[in-house]
Amino acid sequence: MTLEVLYFVWLRERVGTGRETVETGAATVADLVAELRARGEGHAAAFADTRAVRVALDQELAGFDAPLEGVREVAFFPPMTGG
Amino acid sequence: MAVRVQAAPFDFGAECGAFAAGRRDAGAVVTFAGVVRDDPAPGGALVALEIEHYPGMTERAIAAMVAEATARWGLCDCLVIHRHGRLAVGEAIMMVATAAPHRADAFAAAEFLMDYLKSRAPFWKKEIGAEGTAWVAARAEDEAALDRW
Repeated sequence: MTLEVLYFVWLRERVGTGRETVETGAATVADLVAELRARGEGHAAAFADTRAVRVALDQELAGFDAPLEGVREVAFFPPMTGG
Repeated sequence: MAVRVQAAPFDFGAECGAFAAGRRDAGAVVTFAGVVRDDPAPGGALVALEIEHYPGMTERAIAAMVAEATARWGLCDCLVIHRHGRLAVGEAIMMVATAAPHRADAFAAAEFLMDYLKSRAPFWKKEIGAEGTAWVAARAEDEAALDRW
């Protein structure tokens, strides 16, 4: 499947881009993260500690165990600091 | 009900006036503004705050919060404005206004929206100081504040 993967804040800074198209067979978010880590040093640094990373699937918050079937957009970002 | 996510400044006083004007349904209007505080930043004083957000998800997440608050506290009306981009010290970052028949509901709904905007709306703050920048880390107490709802 083809996914649009978005990175925000320091994940974007470490990966070096805010968006990339990824061709993957990953079943879950955790599987996708394992694949992304292998893309290079920047990706590995972004996902060094996933306790500090939140994920949204098609703009809804989700867990790392969430399935990717039917998903088009995956976003990774740190805990939010609005308000 | 209105949600506005924008880079441009807004006039807090004018927004409050317009929100409260001409109401016959609400006995209570509560308004809150979040303002850029002069916190320490890399190199000394804060020069500015840079707010990043996730266009699309931001509007969806806030609309869902507003819908929940409206249903839970029987709001007559509700307004949320949240800015992004570069903000100077003293500028308003965001505001919430709620209108309800009675004040307890208007206050509770405003506090609920504030707590959720802080930890569940995809905004991130970066402090810009004289000698560098730093992303603001989320605080455990802000996350814990959601438990009371």
